Amino acid sequence: MSAVAAIEPMIKADAIRKNYGRLEVLKGIDLQVQQGEVVCLIGPSGSGKSTLLRCINHLETLDAGRMWVDGAVMGYDLKGSKLHEQSHARICRSRVEIGMVFQHFNLFPHMTVLENLIEAPRLVLREKRSVATQRALKLLESVGLGDKAKAYPRQLSGGQQQRVAIARALCMKPKVMLFDEPTSALDPELVGEVLKVMKDLAATGMTMVVVTHEMNFARDVADRVVFMDDGHVVEQGPAAEVIGNPQHERTRAFLASVL
Amino acid sequence: MSVLTEPRETAVAPDDYTIVKAKHPGRWISAAVIVFVAILLLRSVMTNPNFGWGTVGMYLRDVSIVRGIGITLELTVICMAIGIVLGVVLAVMRIAANPVVRTAAFAYVNFFRGTPVLVQLLFWYNLAALYPSISFGIPGLDLDANRIITPMTAAILGLGLNQAAYMSEIVRAGILSVEHGQSEAAGALGINRLQTMRRIILPQAMRVIIPPTGNETIGMLKTTALVSVISVPELLYSSQIIYARNFETIPLLMVASIWYIVVTSILSIGQYYLERHYAKGGQRSLPPTPWQQLKRIVRVHAPLTSKGAIK
Ligand SMILES: Nc1ncnc2c1ncn2[C@@H]1O[C@H](COP(=O)(O)OP(=O)(O)O)[C@@H](O)[C@H]1O
Ligand SMILES: [Mg+2]
Repeated sequence: MSAVAAIEPMIKADAIRKNYGRLEVLKGIDLQVQQGEVVCLIGPSGSGKSTLLRCINHLETLDAGRMWVDGAVMGYDLKGSKLHEQSHARICRSRVEIGMVFQHFNLFPHMTVLENLIEAPRLVLREKRSVATQRALKLLESVGLGDKAKAYPRQLSGGQQQRVAIARALCMKPKVMLFDEPTSALDPELVGEVLKVMKDLAATGMTMVVVTHEMNFARDVADRVVFMDDGHVVEQGPAAEVIGNPQHERTRAFLASVL
Repeated sequence: MSVLTEPRETAVAPDDYTIVKAKHPGRWISAAVIVFVAILLLRSVMTNPNFGWGTVGMYLRDVSIVRGIGITLELTVICMAIGIVLGVVLAVMRIAANPVVRTAAFAYVNFFRGTPVLVQLLFWYNLAALYPSISFGIPGLDLDANRIITPMTAAILGLGLNQAAYMSEIVRAGILSVEHGQSEAAGALGINRLQTMRRIILPQAMRVIIPPTGNETIGMLKTTALVSVISVPELLYSSQIIYARNFETIPLLMVASIWYIVVTSILSIGQYYLERHYAKGGQRSLPPTPWQQLKRIVRVHAPLTSKGAIK
């Protein structure tokens, strides 16, 4: 790796704009996430946090701007001065680098926990079952669910399901992990076990972007907090500063409502 | 119960009240009417000589009738197979990203659902008049339509292609019943659209797809009677051939009807268990099967009477 690559951010959002019909959801977002950094995205409901996250792995197409992930433009091939739209197959390949965890887990209910984990490695990475299974079992162990490999998702609690979902994403050996309100659908007593897994993951040096309303998690784990409102990044900085001493009126109002 | 709230004039202890069951005179009257009508109907069926029960018995296991049942079943299986496979393809086309593909599938469904299947059958049967030779646009290929389109192929094409239009709607409803988050999660893992459909969406859609498909199969079995108009010797046409010879029209129609009822009843039992099987996961406890109901009645009532005797 050259010196240039070392300082290159893992994610670079460059003037991102996104509309749904006439509704402008992202109004020119600039954001950088360094390798190994944990960034928490906070902001009121409807401010565009999920949309921004989904633009990172190209689940949403952009209307303007560029999304760079690991030095490449997401969804496009850069040839000379032209950006060529990528085929669906190419986009799928880029998504392998980016794990995503959803609010409602979205586990595959017709498959066991183990099958959930090895499905994508087998289909996308074309791994042998034994190879994928070995890694999957290790990951299940690391999220504290080593004994649940043969269970079906509906037999697990919400917290357990979300931990499986995290393991499923990690099974693709991603370079970045995106979390969209991973604890919002959980009963309060189950939130801790999921946050603990995420904290452990952060400690391994994983680059993470986390949309969350858990301010304690943001304070403890995040290197940086980004406050979004109405499709703009309003304020960002170290967690202690943004949460402890917000500079903008809108940030203060939002924090007052959630703390 | 508090003694204070009890009305003073109550002379009987609560245990001694006798319960007078509600009477349902309406139920008795309607039951009586239905039984009366049923007896009349049964008597007329049994005594009217025009039904020709003797003849019915004679032809029930006639060789050509049995062969007709065979062809009816064969047509049902082949046409449903075509309908299901093509139906899945059409359903996936209906939700494709490509608008041309989507429109083509929509046009297909609209055409086949918008014209009577009887008319479609006659078209296929008379295809040779439309295209005397078939080349599929391949130079050098020249097939004689009269040779290829036998009554049986016309029947299979007519019923199978028409069924595909209906099956595609059932499959589409099944696909749409699967939560959007499923394809999103698959996409985020880098699984492509076709693999997502095959491995993630369709297996989950089966719960919604299979019960109505059982229904369609029963419908198809009866619809095959239509191909008698293009002289495919299935069950109805086989009976028609016989009564054209011996003029025992009603008895032979009875023979055909009895066989249709027997086969559809067997399929309906299969359908019942299929629906039960696919209701799993949707409900916590399944309704009991008739057999389980019977066992429960026997089990509950036996100890109850013995206990009652002790008391
Ligand atoms: N698929 C969509 N179609 C139309 N509008 C959408 C869609 N997804 C999100 N929106 C709208 O975009 C805005 C931002 O949504 P979202 O990114 O989900 O906000 P957040 O995650 O911050 O709550 C909301 O007003 C929402 O209604
Ligand atoms: Mg959201």
